[in-house]
Amino acid sequence: MRYVDEFRNAELIEKTAQEIRRRVDPSKRYRLMEVCGGHTFSIFRFGIQELLPENIELVHGPGCPVCVLPMGRMDDGLNLAKDPSVIFTAFGDVMRVPGSHGSPLEFKAKGADVRMVYSPLDALKLAVQNPDRQVVFFAIGFETTAPSTALTLLRAREMGVRNFFVLSNHVLILPAIRAILESPDMRIDGFLGPGHVSTVIGARPYEFIARHYGKPVVISGFEPLDLLQSILMLVRQIEEGRAAVENQYSRVVPWDGNRAALAAMAEVFEVRPFFEWRGLGFISQSALKLRPEFAPWDAEVQFEIAGLRVTDPKAAQCGEVLKGVLKPFQCKLFGKTCTPERPVGALMVSSEGACAAYYHHVYARQAVGE
Amino acid sequence: MSRTRPHVRFQDPSIELAHGAGGKASRRLIEGLIAPYVFESGTELRDVAEVALAGGRLAMTADAFVVKPRVFPGGSIGELAVNGTANDLAMGGARPLALVATLILEAGLPTEELEREMAAMARAAERAGVAIVGGDTKVVEHGKADGLYISTAGIGLVDPRVDLSAKRVRPGDQVLLSGPIGDHGITILLARGEIELEAELTSDTRPLWPLVEALIEAAAPGLRWLRDPTRGGVATALNELARDARVTVVLDDEAIPVRPEVRGACEILGLDPLHIANEGQFLAVVAPEYADAALEALRRVPGGASAVRIGAIEEGARPVVLARSRYGGTRVIDMLVGDPLPRIC
Repeated sequence: MRYVDEFRNAELIEKTAQEIRRRVDPSKRYRLMEVCGGHTFSIFRFGIQELLPENIELVHGPGCPVCVLPMGRMDDGLNLAKDPSVIFTAFGDVMRVPGSHGSPLEFKAKGADVRMVYSPLDALKLAVQNPDRQVVFFAIGFETTAPSTALTLLRAREMGVRNFFVLSNHVLILPAIRAILESPDMRIDGFLGPGHVSTVIGARPYEFIARHYGKPVVISGFEPLDLLQSILMLVRQIEEGRAAVENQYSRVVPWDGNRAALAAMAEVFEVRPFFEWRGLGFISQSALKLRPEFAPWDAEVQFEIAGLRVTDPKAAQCGEVLKGVLKPFQCKLFGKTCTPERPVGALMVSSEGACAAYYHHVYARQAVGE
Repeated sequence: MSRTRPHVRFQDPSIELAHGAGGKASRRLIEGLIAPYVFESGTELRDVAEVALAGGRLAMTADAFVVKPRVFPGGSIGELAVNGTANDLAMGGARPLALVATLILEAGLPTEELEREMAAMARAAERAGVAIVGGDTKVVEHGKADGLYISTAGIGLVDPRVDLSAKRVRPGDQVLLSGPIGDHGITILLARGEIELEAELTSDTRPLWPLVEALIEAAAPGLRWLRDPTRGGVATALNELARDARVTVVLDDEAIPVRPEVRGACEILGLDPLHIANEGQFLAVVAPEYADAALEALRRVPGGASAVRIGAIEEGARPVVLARSRYGGTRVIDMLVGDPLPRIC
């Protein structure tokens, strides 16, 4: 398969891993954060940490959309699903995320009309096919998926579809990185920049991280060779005392991003003054809501939304894990009351969540003494 | 009725879709609630049961089919209903002999469709060499079922040369796979028409007995365990083996055959081919000294050309399935939890 196989070439992977081992200063520790959940998943799937010298530690960042979604927001969405006139639609990623009274899948089993879609356009199609129902799309994701929500809303307006509504939970990656950089327990030496988000926003917006915080950023692809090359580029910058934004994923990510996608987002969305992130708390200007012109399609305007706030179970330490202060297995609930099958926190739900990844790939292996 | 003490307790307050998806939740339901009531304690849970008769062993099994859509590239519900049950018998080392079929019809089902499915069942039965000898038909109110459900039960004669059980699996044994995985599951996913993805892919549904028969001829004394990795895929089947046999299963990631169309769809949707359902493949564990002969025999049967060794059984402190990649990374292959869900965001 093109663009996949060449980046899983065993020989090049070994060579790059050797080069990393040669470059690192054994007296130092390198704490590198992969911001994106897709990277977390790949790192575990391909066993990348095993290929690295011991003093390189990969810290799993906040870039997993369902992991940072507060439970109250899920409850708000599922409250709408209780209305028999509503068809509640969401991506597969969301279907197992626990709300206070169950996940979307559990609501479906109890009779709510919950449907998985692969694109918001599919939800719009459902609205056209079911004119007597109200179709709500529970929108989630960073700048990766926000443009498709925006394009769908533009299409809905153009077609005059009035029974389609979006509950926007879209969040922005840069304010989250800034929050981590400002956090007092921050000890990150460099960032692996998200690949998919950057196809939309480009590489330029990360420059403040290098300029103001003196931390190197390398935007990375998702294959094993991509990740190792990016880690090597970070190590080189750190060893040369540089801090710059570099783009390893240039086969996909343009420096200035995707202008058409950015324009669609700007037309449809505006930045919320603040938004709650699970584990990280309220972050100002970190999320998107629909502009007033799109009020007829805005679920927050057209439905009564309670704005529920649900505190995470006290014993769960999702926040500390999200910030990289604790490793997943250091949480009191990990592997005991919180497992991928019965998740307490969202980090255990998504296969991109640090806890689920640890559970599947590290915990079980340690248990067999590998 | 008395109830034997289960190893696993089923504490879920109601039955959810995940309990039928073939993964961890299904296992919990069966081991924690169903088996303790209906089976004697210590019964090995398999897809097929054996009944000893004078002069031989009879294999019995039952299966229900509720697939959506009912017709898909490469097959339909009627064909699955025959092959699924015949294959469960084959996985017990038994030549399939006869089936009975129960049809649950929803009022309003077009006659034409029912007729097509009956023809499909007849064709599949002929191909698999089994007779459909009886059954039952029920019609339920419109809205109480989804068109057509088929349940089949079958009997077969266990080949006297085989003794199949997870308990016979030993470290050093080899894991064989009959051919490329994921075709059926991805075909169904695409046939539902919810994703704008197209691929030249057909379900792999087929009778497995001809392959199993060749395997028995070539390697019966070394044949330990057989399983068709249907719902839950190869990952779930091997995790159950690891647990039942208390061993570690180590796979060679690159050796597992996956068609480019299936791999592509899985990459796009964030799915693991090891979790995807199959209807025409099986896994075999054989003693190391029989592995070559077994593979050669499989490859000589039409449809067995891509049979391959995908891993081995190792001593394990904890039952788990691992996959090693060529560059040295290892990952744990877990059982599926519920249905595989695509990752989009």
